[in-house]
Amino acid sequence: MINFLLLPILIPLITGVLLMFINKHVMLQRWVASISAFVTVIIAAMLAHKVHTEGIQTLNLSNWDAPFGITLVSDMLSALLVLTTSIISFACIIFSFRGIGQEREKFNYYASMSFLIVGVNGAFTTGDIFNLFVFFEVMLMSSYVLIVLGGTKIQLRESIKYLLVNVISSALFVIAVGYLYSVTGTLNMAHLSERIASISADGQLGIITVIGVLFMIVFGLKGAVFPLFFWLPGSYYAPPAPVMAIFGALLTKVGVYSITRTYSLLFYHEGGTIQTLLGVMAVLSIILGVIGAIAYWDIKKIIIYNIITAVGVILAGVASMNEDALAGSVFYIIHDMIVKAALFLLVGIMIAITGTSNLKQISGLIKNYPGLAWTFFIASLALAGIPPLSGFVGKLLLIKGVFDAEHYWTGAIVLMSSLFVLFSVMKIFINGFWGKPLTYKGEEKAPVRQLMAAPVILVILAVVYGVGADFVFPYISQAANILVNPDLYIDAVLKE
Amino acid sequence: METLMSILIGLFFAIGTYLILTKSLLRIILGTSIISHGVHLLILTMGGVKAGGPPLLGFEEITFTDPIPQALILTAIVINFATTALFLVLSYRAYKVIGTDNTEKMRGNEDE
Repeated sequence: MINFLLLPILIPLITGVLLMFINKHVMLQRWVASISAFVTVIIAAMLAHKVHTEGIQTLNLSNWDAPFGITLVSDMLSALLVLTTSIISFACIIFSFRGIGQEREKFNYYASMSFLIVGVNGAFTTGDIFNLFVFFEVMLMSSYVLIVLGGTKIQLRESIKYLLVNVISSALFVIAVGYLYSVTGTLNMAHLSERIASISADGQLGIITVIGVLFMIVFGLKGAVFPLFFWLPGSYYAPPAPVMAIFGALLTKVGVYSITRTYSLLFYHEGGTIQTLLGVMAVLSIILGVIGAIAYWDIKKIIIYNIITAVGVILAGVASMNEDALAGSVFYIIHDMIVKAALFLLVGIMIAITGTSNLKQISGLIKNYPGLAWTFFIASLALAGIPPLSGFVGKLLLIKGVFDAEHYWTGAIVLMSSLFVLFSVMKIFINGFWGKPLTYKGEEKAPVRQLMAAPVILVILAVVYGVGADFVFPYISQAANILVNPDLYIDAVLKE
Repeated sequence: METLMSILIGLFFAIGTYLILTKSLLRIILGTSIISHGVHLLILTMGGVKAGGPPLLGFEEITFTDPIPQALILTAIVINFATTALFLVLSYRAYKVIGTDNTEKMRGNEDE
């Protein structure tokens, strides 16, 4: 079936529309949203398998040939990210049943969630730069709704900042697309790549470099790269746990994916300037992220700053641009999406029990909640990259690639960052779970048992992903292969 | 013509940036609107403002203006409309709940 790669976008879209008609029937909404999310997971897994066996899938919408219409492209990288997105959205929807509260569920919560998934899956699958912008906007518009839904003071305040930053970065995105269009005269990414190659061959690199840096600013703002991260700690602090989990796992990663895609496909002709810039920004993000993660005694803030570290680590791999480093980045991005979602959900459960996110007011949770404690422990070890778990293989490959590219300082900082990441999450574990048990206000009411389902699924997945790295690796190396050889992508789209 | 347009767009961006950096929320929203006008004009200019018929086949001209930037602008305009509408409602709501439109006073502590 030729339209198969459209399904991960189409199913949540139709679900979102359906959910708007039944927004007062909470139970019905839950069933519809969770079943559709589960179906999306299965479809995405089948898509990944199909891409693995049959090569890159492309679809020209309405049968217009490649550079003229909009082309959707599903290569291994986007198929894997779509699969991860679907799994995380399924987990977050399940968590929302007990974790979000009826008053939010009645006001199009699940519909916004579905549209967010439409935007993310679309951004991962599209092969057209303006269409990427449109899917970004779909994703951002739903995220504005999700971040402000509930209307508490802090949410209103933070969503104003979040909205303003994203309005400006979207304006910059359109400017960058406009410049690129005036230089190349096309919007299709594969065709753009060819045109940029011929422009570079003529020696007119200056303007291409400028546009490349502009794209770096745009996607850096979306992906919270140093020095463009400033909106993230406040904005992600405001919304409730499942929303925070889906934001932390997905939204910044779309920016990271876009950087990976554009710099491996479009702006790879002169490595020098752009790669150096990307490398420096990545290293500074790592340093800033660990400083933030160590500095705070607030469990949400600690995990939020770990997002910035992870973005830096992934981009450090991308900046090295060799096959090992890129395979490491791909492995690490998927690991990080899963583990970050799990950690945010676990932190959400801790806050539901204790009623506070201040670490100094929490202690001894392991006595009454051993399951929560050990799940958190495994997730923390996975985040830091302890060998049998999922963070290890990605970071190992990544560091090997970074050292091969002779970026020794970058490699050293990535290695050191693991230590501080481990310290920051162990700080939560030691102070929050060990010690003398206290009594908390949410203890009676918090439906811990039901809430645990989603993070446990994600943590099991993270463990399987780490232990079964041999099984996953062919997929990852196929994704990295396309990033290293953009000609494969171009040939698949333009059918030459 | 392109040079003139570029100067105009530059002015739009300068004014928009100035407004976004002020304290009042409403001025910030006006700033984003002006910036997006600049953006839309920029796409139009980047497609080239050479003489030619409007891109309608019924006109039977020899050359037409480039239709793609016009389609891009149309998309960008409606997206911008939606975002601005949401932003306006959000700031109205924030004004009612927080009681100020001064962004300096919108700090507060994180526990509330």
